[in-house]
Amino acid sequence: MIHARDLRKSFTDKAGHVVEAVRGIDIDVRRGEAFGFLGPNGAGKSSTMRMIAAVSPVSGGELRILGRDPAEHGPAIRSRLGVCPQEDTLDNELNVFDNLYIYGRYFGIPKREVRERAEELLEFVQLTDKRSAKVEGLSGGMKRRLTIARSLINRPEILLLDEPTTGLDPQARHILWDRLFRLKQQGVTLVITTHYMDEAEQLCDRLVVMDRGVIAAEGSPLELIRAHSTREVSELRFPVGDHEATAEKVADLGERVEVLPDRILVYSDDGEHVLEQVHDRGLRPIATLVRRSTLEDVFLRLTGRTLVD
Amino acid sequence: MSATAEPTLSRDDHRLSSWRGVVRQYDYHWTVYKRTWKSSIVSSFLSPLLYVLAMGVLLGGFVHVGAARLGGAPSYLAFIVPGLIAAQAMQTAVFETTYPVMGALKWHKSFWAQLASPLEARDLANAMLAFTLFRVGSTCGVYFLVMSPFGVFGTWWGPVAAWPATMLVGMTFATWTFAFSAFVEGPDSFGLIFRLGLIPLFLFSGSFFPISNLGPVLEWVARLTPLWHGVNLTRMLCLGHLDWPTAAINVAVLVVLLVAGWRTAVRSLTRRTAL
Amino acid sequence: MSAPAVPAGSPLRPWEGTRLLVLRNYVTYRRQWKLFATGFLEPVFYLFSIGIGVGKLIHAFELNGHSIPYAEFVAPGMLAASAFNGALLDSTFNVFFKLKYEKLYDQMLATPLTTSDVARGEIIWGQLRGASYSVAFLLVMWALGLVHSWWAVLALPATLLIGFAFSAVCMGLTTWMTSWQDFEKITLVQLPMFLFSGTFFPVSRFHGVLRWVVECTPLYRGVVLCRELTTGALSWESGVSVVYLVVMGLIGLVVVRRRLDILLLT
Repeated sequence: MIHARDLRKSFTDKAGHVVEAVRGIDIDVRRGEAFGFLGPNGAGKSSTMRMIAAVSPVSGGELRILGRDPAEHGPAIRSRLGVCPQEDTLDNELNVFDNLYIYGRYFGIPKREVRERAEELLEFVQLTDKRSAKVEGLSGGMKRRLTIARSLINRPEILLLDEPTTGLDPQARHILWDRLFRLKQQGVTLVITTHYMDEAEQLCDRLVVMDRGVIAAEGSPLELIRAHSTREVSELRFPVGDHEATAEKVADLGERVEVLPDRILVYSDDGEHVLEQVHDRGLRPIATLVRRSTLEDVFLRLTGRTLVD
Repeated sequence: MSATAEPTLSRDDHRLSSWRGVVRQYDYHWTVYKRTWKSSIVSSFLSPLLYVLAMGVLLGGFVHVGAARLGGAPSYLAFIVPGLIAAQAMQTAVFETTYPVMGALKWHKSFWAQLASPLEARDLANAMLAFTLFRVGSTCGVYFLVMSPFGVFGTWWGPVAAWPATMLVGMTFATWTFAFSAFVEGPDSFGLIFRLGLIPLFLFSGSFFPISNLGPVLEWVARLTPLWHGVNLTRMLCLGHLDWPTAAINVAVLVVLLVAGWRTAVRSLTRRTAL
Repeated sequence: MSAPAVPAGSPLRPWEGTRLLVLRNYVTYRRQWKLFATGFLEPVFYLFSIGIGVGKLIHAFELNGHSIPYAEFVAPGMLAASAFNGALLDSTFNVFFKLKYEKLYDQMLATPLTTSDVARGEIIWGQLRGASYSVAFLLVMWALGLVHSWWAVLALPATLLIGFAFSAVCMGLTTWMTSWQDFEKITLVQLPMFLFSGTFFPVSRFHGVLRWVVECTPLYRGVVLCRELTTGALSWESGVSVVYLVVMGLIGLVVVRRRLDILLLT
């Protein structure tokens, strides 16, 4: 469905510097799968999404969407994509139904059909009782659901979701995940960017971790954990200031040891065994926790622990 | 949804035609207009009539000069009405292509939503300009109709021919203003556009008095403004004193500016949205 | 600045808050100096276009027994109208925006500032801006030879009086507005006042009741005051105007304070 080779995007920012947002990535998204882009802010996820949405010209490399070049067949490609942008671009001055109806008309869908589809979609995203409400008064979760409904009005084959649940409360996120899961079951190909690891594990069959414009790793969530982390992680918390010194004493217990400001992480295949050995060496952590490795461990390992803005 | 393994494009395989690109946005602009038309009544219809009454009728009562000094108009009212209609075309066009364009780019972001559909920047510009044409056409059309019983037009066909002329004036300004609005970062410069562009043009392009009153140098400056060409053309048609070579120049200037402005507008929006 | 010295030991220090609000407006406005610098051009353009351009088509007017050229007749009208337009804009659009959208006053009233400070601060700020435009316009008039009397110096306080009266009343009215659509109603009052208050042609064009109505409108009083001062042809009408505008402004001020108390302190 989506095929990219050495895809690049650069632009000139306001200060006149050339910014290389995407620096040569290869992607293949297959029909019916849920594909995720993970990465910190500024990793190039949104730029990639905009190129896939056929609204942002490609700076270099090859990109094919539904087998076509977006530079030549932009409108044709867009007519079969659904786009749910990071920022809601709903029309605040129209009511909920009109937002769907008018958007559908941009795709050249006949009036009657758009009306039918709009009603169906309102049902699907549980907004039927808000049909005539102004968009302005909707909650963040409702707006997001309406944006998703709007992106489905043309029955797209690929749905692009740029950080679909950023800023939503837990309740709203779960409703949204459920709807996206249903779409996937209906055969819609999902392409999602996110920096929530739980979201990526929930939704994505396959994902790439992007960092500074390149792909740092690729695979299914499980594969990534296997390849870039261990089965289990033991978290050890010591009194403040002791971490660096203590880390040296446990360095040989796991495959890898990571020192965080507030705790030490020991990566191994048997976390309980690590704890026993820690106690055997006479170390007394304030608190301990053994858990399974998550994508977050992979993510932090691959993209570094410094906060990126 | 098709079940083939390797998808290819079948429907909408090519770019939309310009015409279809505009038609698909008809529902949008119509829905918005249905909601906003009431608030445009004062600025579109009442304000111009107040100007006619104040300047044309009441102040005009103090103007006692021959038709020769009024471009052939039998009265000051007959002189000022075509000028005010042409100026109204300009104003309507500029208003419709400043804040609405900025809103679609920055506030309600409708351009960005539309760009995720098969529509292109070209289609967005065309549809907004088409809506502006409708606003200019309806505003000026009503203006002509309301003025027709007051004996300010020389012939019956004059205002009929002048109507498209005012639309030409309006669209010349609409295209260039659109290009400007899509180019600038924020709305702060609009205040300057109105103060340093719109108001001087309104006041000095021959709407209120013959530009010969400006003195030889400023008269030539006024002749270079697009609004003067519009005012002059509209006035000649309304009064029925047509000087064909001048009219041809007026039309040519406006058409050239319109075509160039249109291309600039499309290019400007394309550049703004292709990030 | 017109803020008088604070009496020593006063527990209220009423003008301190006002001064701060003016300062705040000054800081935000500095960024828009281009808008400020071009603000005084509009009446000048009207003066050149209508006063001089159209004026060439019009014979002299009679004013209080003097015969004056049309440009001299229009110029003081523009002076008064520009004070009126400026005050209207400041006290309606800008105040509405701050009141409803920026929630600026809510934020201010969480500090020791009072609603009186807010009202006075906004009006004084508008006046400072209006005064600078009036001075500039009077200088243009003088340069064009449209001023023939030393009374014209008093036209500056006259425009301040016009600005004060309209700012106070319009700010009061703004507190009743709920949406931008209401501003159509403002235009509906503003434009007829601008065009028909004796600004562009003598009030003698109106007859009977209509003339009486026009003579009672506040902008007409302002125009008469400015015109009698810049031409030096003074009459008792100026006195009437001064009293009228002072009373109007004071009533407006009381209303604004009451309304802001209701809107912001409940």
